[in-house]
Amino acid sequence: MLIDINNIEKTYDIGNSNLVRALRGVSIEIQDNEYIAIMGPSGSGKSTLMNILGCLDTPTSGSYFFVGEAVSEMNDNQLAEIRNREIGFVFQTFNLLPRASALHNVELPLIYNGTPASKRKALAKDSLERVGLGDRMEHKPNELSGGQRQRVAIARALVNNPKIILADEPTGNLDTRTGEEIMEIFEDLHESGNTVILVTHEEYIAEHTNRIVRLRDGVIERDEALA
Amino acid sequence: MKFLIELWEGFKIAIIALRANKLRAFLTTLGIVIGITTVIAIHSIIIGLNDAFYSSISALGSDVLYIQKFAWGSHDDWLKAMHRKDITLKEAEAVKEQSTYAKAVAPTMAARRTIKFGSEKLNNVIVYGTTEDYIITSNVTPEFGRPLTPLDVDHRRQVCLIGSEVAEKLFNRVNPLGRKIMIGHSKFKIVGVLEKRGKVFDVNLDTRVVIPIGVFRKLYGSRRWVTIEVKVKDADQIEEARDELTGILRRVRKVPPLKENDFAINQQDVIADLYKNLTTALYAVAFGVGAISLIVGGIGIMNIMLVSVTERTREIGIRKAIGARKNDILWQFLVESVTVSAIGGIIGILLGFIIAKVIASATFLAAAISPISIIIGVGFIAIVGIFFGIFPAYKASKLDPIIALRYE
Repeated sequence: MLIDINNIEKTYDIGNSNLVRALRGVSIEIQDNEYIAIMGPSGSGKSTLMNILGCLDTPTSGSYFFVGEAVSEMNDNQLAEIRNREIGFVFQTFNLLPRASALHNVELPLIYNGTPASKRKALAKDSLERVGLGDRMEHKPNELSGGQRQRVAIARALVNNPKIILADEPTGNLDTRTGEEIMEIFEDLHESGNTVILVTHEEYIAEHTNRIVRLRDGVIERDEALA
Repeated sequence: MKFLIELWEGFKIAIIALRANKLRAFLTTLGIVIGITTVIAIHSIIIGLNDAFYSSISALGSDVLYIQKFAWGSHDDWLKAMHRKDITLKEAEAVKEQSTYAKAVAPTMAARRTIKFGSEKLNNVIVYGTTEDYIITSNVTPEFGRPLTPLDVDHRRQVCLIGSEVAEKLFNRVNPLGRKIMIGHSKFKIVGVLEKRGKVFDVNLDTRVVIPIGVFRKLYGSRRWVTIEVKVKDADQIEEARDELTGILRRVRKVPPLKENDFAINQQDVIADLYKNLTTALYAVAFGVGAISLIVGGIGIMNIMLVSVTERTREIGIRKAIGARKNDILWQFLVESVTVSAIGGIIGILLGFIIAKVIASATFLAAAISPISIIIGVGFIAIVGIFFGIFPAYKASKLDPIIALRYE
């Protein structure tokens, strides 16, 4: 089992002793090579769940095992290392470094695990070629189209060969046609053995996946496998 | 290895970030530039002065006492000393006869005169009237020709010794020995050329002319101040010699037993002490100005780094999301602030050297580039960069990645 989340709660203190219960007991199991969508309206807790899945945040209570390791008990540095090696993030707003070339953006995760420069370049190039951007390596983000930027972000997510790809509304800032191209990349990744988790609120995007988890008001409303 | 990679990456990030805001980076470094420039310039000048000073002062000789009306380096007693009786040649003779510690005793008088040879002319040359002992007390021997002899002195012969620079300037390639020059309005025969000695402060010893003291008194007047130069036999006995000379002078000058000395016995180390006080004051000024501008510059760096951290909140979020630890972010921003400081500092070091050289060539001051200056400069750079960079860097490292990623 890749991910085992058991009865997770997340409560935010927004001051004046006002508590917001973003997650109220969520349990999910995710196997290797699943292709899964997490859906829900805004305020349903899907972003919070995504942050916890991506080890950007820790739950207030409940347990989270990532490949058998208890993430809920990790410190900041261990979380950073898990994010670096095991998780590849793809964001709605791409989140590339604006002043760095595509190649440097893809290299970034490798810098933080101490990969030597020569190997870094080679890995980053491979990754960019995999998303079809072999000819755009030296371009800055503002010289690329939205779809190309998202491909760079996917290349960055892939470069450390992580266990899961975690994509938060990856097509949200793209037109429909470009969005479909990006979804094809995710499908390819899934077919070649990666685990892909999509967070989205669009039904037609979620239908690309094999399993949809629907959240509402901090609890799982429905968890269904698609044919 | 990982550490070096991060350091290098941090440096590259810093350069990219600084190039994106060139004017801002320039203004930020200005305080550091001014601070380091001041420290380096003054330090270079002091080092240069030290070299010049200690080579100068060695010409005075540490084993020579100078009996004079005025004490060196004390302004307070100046008015009091004005009313003292002049030092006389008779006293010099008494010292010479009675002192057991003295190796040589030379009364000297000095005046500035124009000297001429044919159409060549030198203004403001210092003319010393003295005795045959002068070459011992002033530790200078003729390079060519002969020194003054007792006969020259006793018979008041119109002969002179000239400094090496006088010889060069007046005679060029001609042999000056035996030739006659005009000193003021009188003719003198050159019997010797003194070896090269350099400068003592602003007095160039190589442009001096030495004549017998009797001639000097006859031509330029006998009411000028006399300095009795006394070289002791053994430098270790200089204090004993000083006591003995004090006794002799009090007796000859008839100073009543309970009265203070009405003369001064000066020594090279008085000047050395004075000089040390002066340079200490200069150092204090340099480091005062330097420290203030470095603090101001450092606060500038801190300010700009805080702005930079806020501006790049999202970047920090991205970096954290893909695996940067707190320390990675801390390093990145610390390297950046040290880079800003280093750029300012390197400009400051170069500018400091240039200014020191310009000052040295435009004034009587000297300047020397010393590795210590560079070490001081680099030390300040590191301290300022780290001290004022640590807080913004710490702030950056503490950012929550979730909040940072949401930052617009």
